[in-house]
Amino acid sequence: MQEIEMIIEEKVKHYGRERKALLPILRGIVLHKNYISQNDMVCVARALDISAADVYGTASFFHLLGNKETGKYVIRVCKSITCEMKGKHKVLKALEDELRIQLGETTHDKLFTLEATNCIGLCDEGPAMLINNTPYTRLDPEKVHEIIYEFRNKNKKNHGQQ
Amino acid sequence: MSKLISLKIDGQQVEVEEGTTILEAARKINVNIPTLCHHEDLCVAGNCRVCVVEVNGRERLEASCCTPAPEGMEIWTNTAKVRNARSEIVSLLVSEHNTQCTTCYRNTNCELQDLAAEYNVDGNRYLSVLKPGLKVDTSSWSIEKDDSKCIRCQRCVRTCRELQHVNALTAACKGQDMKISTFLDLPFNEVVCTNCGQCVNRCPTGALTERRYFNQVWEAIGDPKKHVVMNTAPSVRVALGEMLGYEIGTRVTGKMVTAMRKMGVDSVLDTDFTADLTIIEEGNELLQRLKKVLVEKDSSVKLPMITSCSPGWVKFIEHMFPNHLGHLSTCKSPQQMFGTLSKTYYAEQKGIDPKDIVSIAIMPCAAKKYEANRPEMSDSGYRDIDAGLTTREFGLMIKQAGLDFKNLPDTEFDSIMGESTGAAVIFGATGGVMEAALRTAYAVVTGRPVPFENLNITAVRGTDGIREASIKVEGCLPEWNFLEGATLNVAVAHGLKNARIIMDEIAAGTSKYHFIEVMACPGGCIGGGGQPIPTNAEIRAKRTQAIYEEDMGKPIRMSHENPEIVKIYEEYLQEPLGHKSHKLLHTHYTPRNRY
Amino acid sequence: MANNKLRKVDIIFTPYSAAPYEILRLTMQKEKNAVIDEIIESGLRGRGGAGFPTGYKWRFMANQPGDEKYVICNADEGEPGTFKDRKLLVEVPRKVISGMAIAAYATNSNKGFIYLRGEYNYLIPALEKELLIFHEYAEKFGLDFQIEIFSGAGAYVCGEETALIESMEGKRGEPRNKPPFPIQEGFMGKPTLVNNVETFASATMICRVGAETYKSYGTDDQHGSKLFSISGDSPKEGVHELELGMKISDFVEEFGDGDTKAVQIGGVAGFCIPRKNFETAIIGEGNTTGGATMIFNSTRSMYNVLHNYLEFFAEESCGQCTPCRIGTQQLLKGIEAVKKGEKPESYLNDLIKLSRTMKITSKCGLGQSVTNSFVSIVENFREEMIY
Repeated sequence: MQEIEMIIEEKVKHYGRERKALLPILRGIVLHKNYISQNDMVCVARALDISAADVYGTASFFHLLGNKETGKYVIRVCKSITCEMKGKHKVLKALEDELRIQLGETTHDKLFTLEATNCIGLCDEGPAMLINNTPYTRLDPEKVHEIIYEFRNKNKKNHGQQ
Repeated sequence: MSKLISLKIDGQQVEVEEGTTILEAARKINVNIPTLCHHEDLCVAGNCRVCVVEVNGRERLEASCCTPAPEGMEIWTNTAKVRNARSEIVSLLVSEHNTQCTTCYRNTNCELQDLAAEYNVDGNRYLSVLKPGLKVDTSSWSIEKDDSKCIRCQRCVRTCRELQHVNALTAACKGQDMKISTFLDLPFNEVVCTNCGQCVNRCPTGALTERRYFNQVWEAIGDPKKHVVMNTAPSVRVALGEMLGYEIGTRVTGKMVTAMRKMGVDSVLDTDFTADLTIIEEGNELLQRLKKVLVEKDSSVKLPMITSCSPGWVKFIEHMFPNHLGHLSTCKSPQQMFGTLSKTYYAEQKGIDPKDIVSIAIMPCAAKKYEANRPEMSDSGYRDIDAGLTTREFGLMIKQAGLDFKNLPDTEFDSIMGESTGAAVIFGATGGVMEAALRTAYAVVTGRPVPFENLNITAVRGTDGIREASIKVEGCLPEWNFLEGATLNVAVAHGLKNARIIMDEIAAGTSKYHFIEVMACPGGCIGGGGQPIPTNAEIRAKRTQAIYEEDMGKPIRMSHENPEIVKIYEEYLQEPLGHKSHKLLHTHYTPRNRY
Repeated sequence: MANNKLRKVDIIFTPYSAAPYEILRLTMQKEKNAVIDEIIESGLRGRGGAGFPTGYKWRFMANQPGDEKYVICNADEGEPGTFKDRKLLVEVPRKVISGMAIAAYATNSNKGFIYLRGEYNYLIPALEKELLIFHEYAEKFGLDFQIEIFSGAGAYVCGEETALIESMEGKRGEPRNKPPFPIQEGFMGKPTLVNNVETFASATMICRVGAETYKSYGTDDQHGSKLFSISGDSPKEGVHELELGMKISDFVEEFGDGDTKAVQIGGVAGFCIPRKNFETAIIGEGNTTGGATMIFNSTRSMYNVLHNYLEFFAEESCGQCTPCRIGTQQLLKGIEAVKKGEKPESYLNDLIKLSRTMKITSKCGLGQSVTNSFVSIVENFREEMIY
């Protein structure tokens, strides 16, 4: 909660305590925790003195400002036509098998959320996906396997250090 | 004055000021262009696209509501291209719509239905894209929301934002999922909604309606063990006629009373009676506050004092300014005073067991339903008001009763609690409570009537969002000597947008007023959320005029001269702000969430 | 351009070895009006897709009063099949930034934003560094113009300039009614010039090579070079800089895989050209173009292609206006129903008619352009829609 308020104040400092700070604040929250909870929205509404409904109205307009709890890593597989032509289905299937979840779901360990997204501007290097903000291109099932393996490993190490 | 431009619409020359929209220009020469998202009270949206017209030389059609009339151009509003486009657009809306019109509350008073009929659209032209499984939100005591009937014109959103500054409603999501929503789609009763019902008044379809209680009322009327008392608010009698084939602004008081009696109501009474009572209590509360602040220097007493008869306003201040509830008069609204008294004073006088009394309020209001259901509104030992109906529900009941309304004789309200004054009648229009209060307060303090011609305090009348007046108090009776020479500053605000301006001043400590009247709805109760649909400035003006005519027609025009009021203090309440008054006629408020 | 042949050119990506922001410095030695004249003279049109003459937009902006004026670089590249702006921002960010600065200089604007689509978040660190460098030079040159990055959040329609501005103001990205145009009343009600990434980069290079040279490329109507984002069934996927005005057959020969059956020009909002028209259709005539070009070979089902487009539109419509919100859904459901045999073949004609109504009644370019790909695919690949 405190972190959210810090994000808000940082953005307010830059953009002013006005509605035009809204998108940067919401982006900031998502970069921090991948989604915007009900409480977060109320916090934002209070900080900018706009209604919570307005915060929700704006947030829900944008794909990258979800309000459902996600895993630590959100995987967004491009579903646009060229990625589809290049084998998106296989990639998606590989991800679903690897993560043992369906599209739209989050793994039990809250590590991964799997989503589909519209064009991410990597059509010449498809099939492509974003994991949080990092692009992965020219995917195939084997590559998917490696990427997920690495993320899991990385996460284990991080936990080991703590 | 801005520049005049001329153009041709359907071959007819028209001159308009630069910046006028094509729609306005067309209306000026009586060319009718259909609209859905357009509403005169609101900013232009340009969403629905049914108002498209052809501009010579342009391939695309232009939405006439949001396109400035182009100088020297020719506009065509009725070409094959235009008709075809409109018909397709209406068909699209129908394909997204729950078309069970026969069971819709807005059946025969629906703008989409009218257009679908006008363009004779084929309901099977397109596949249905109505989302399955949409549920009606019935969580609120006042307002129901049925997304299956929503055409996403956003009139409600604009109403809530522009007129009311509440922003409880928003457009949410986008594309095929775009919808009108509360915060995170929470039920209406959990969000910052004031229940004012202005969204309901502006909804072109049945997506937003008031929650209806008339079946319960019929049940009570049909129950021989129950004694049904009904009270009607002042602005109902000047708007009800619109439901029953009368011209806007027709007063139907006498026929309305007869109709209620014929429907089987046991006692037909008048909210105006408790409006007069409100004036006595509130006027005295004001004088007492002035005394405490000016003479006793009691800092716990807040000025300005603000009226509390508009339940939409009360809920607004509870949400938006929870730290300033001390400014609200503690007086209950006339409806709730009536409710309490109907089950105490009335019951006693008539010798009826209050448990058998069913007290019904007919109101121009959606928020009154919520007010009636507030947990604290049970000072009589029972639910003070059992059901609050809107003018619209009441009109429907008259139709259901099969009454030939136009040929009913005029009759008078029953007694007791049926007598009222002109001061009570004007409660229905913005500024009315203020005017009524001043008429009485001035008389109480000085022993003379207010120094205005015919008692008409025109400074507080009108349609400006915020109006103010100053009254110098001179020649006080000895008891009120502390007010001698003082100037009383008062203000009137209507529409919650304006209420917020007033409150921001108070919160900032810069308010110069002593007494403020606030009504949640534009125009006051005559423009209330429970009034006949449609509404606009012209309709509200006609209803207001009718209210003032009703006032002028009353033999008594000051609340404290109402003989039934005199009597209730003598026989029951003893004195204003007395022990009994406090128990029965005053209330407290609840701070709520702003976000 | 003679013969409508395909010609590769090298203007925008050509390396420029002089000191950083040298083009900007030299341009700032010219009269502001002369700079705008040069852009007008070059015939440059907006490279985002709508193709409005850039120079005139700048002149209009320069004439706006006020001391708070904004220049926005529209990097909300969301059109499926488009990725040239990403490449520009990665490879030649200084040309983009210079273009913004030149525009600011010429139009007396003092504040700039790069509206970067949320999906390109990973480009921010490098861009921030570039902006730091730019601000140093701007100060050195005495140019009062600050640029910051504004991050989008995932909405295709925000590529529409008024929707973009709405979102910057913290509102839903719903396109506004026009007029007023952003140049008159844009961000925070102030005059605002919005141009595409490539437009700014092109403007920089026009100032470098001169309008005369720039104009010598392309056709009489479409001057200069254009970046093409080429994807799909092509061995040469990527961004290519070409002269406008080439025949599709030449294009296909260069970029196709030898089995091309259709080319989508201008992204999903553009047109789908079938093989039978390859000889006659010219890229840059009536079909331009943000430069997104997708190539489909004969193994592709055009029904699937269209279905994919329509799903995209139905999701990405802002939803405020009736024809776009419901029309996109009807087209999608409609082709599904015809495919399944639930609606007769003739229903496709009703849908074509509907898409044309969408074109003339929708509020913004999104709803207006759906008909392009819809009609060109349904008419040219009708059997694929049915069987």
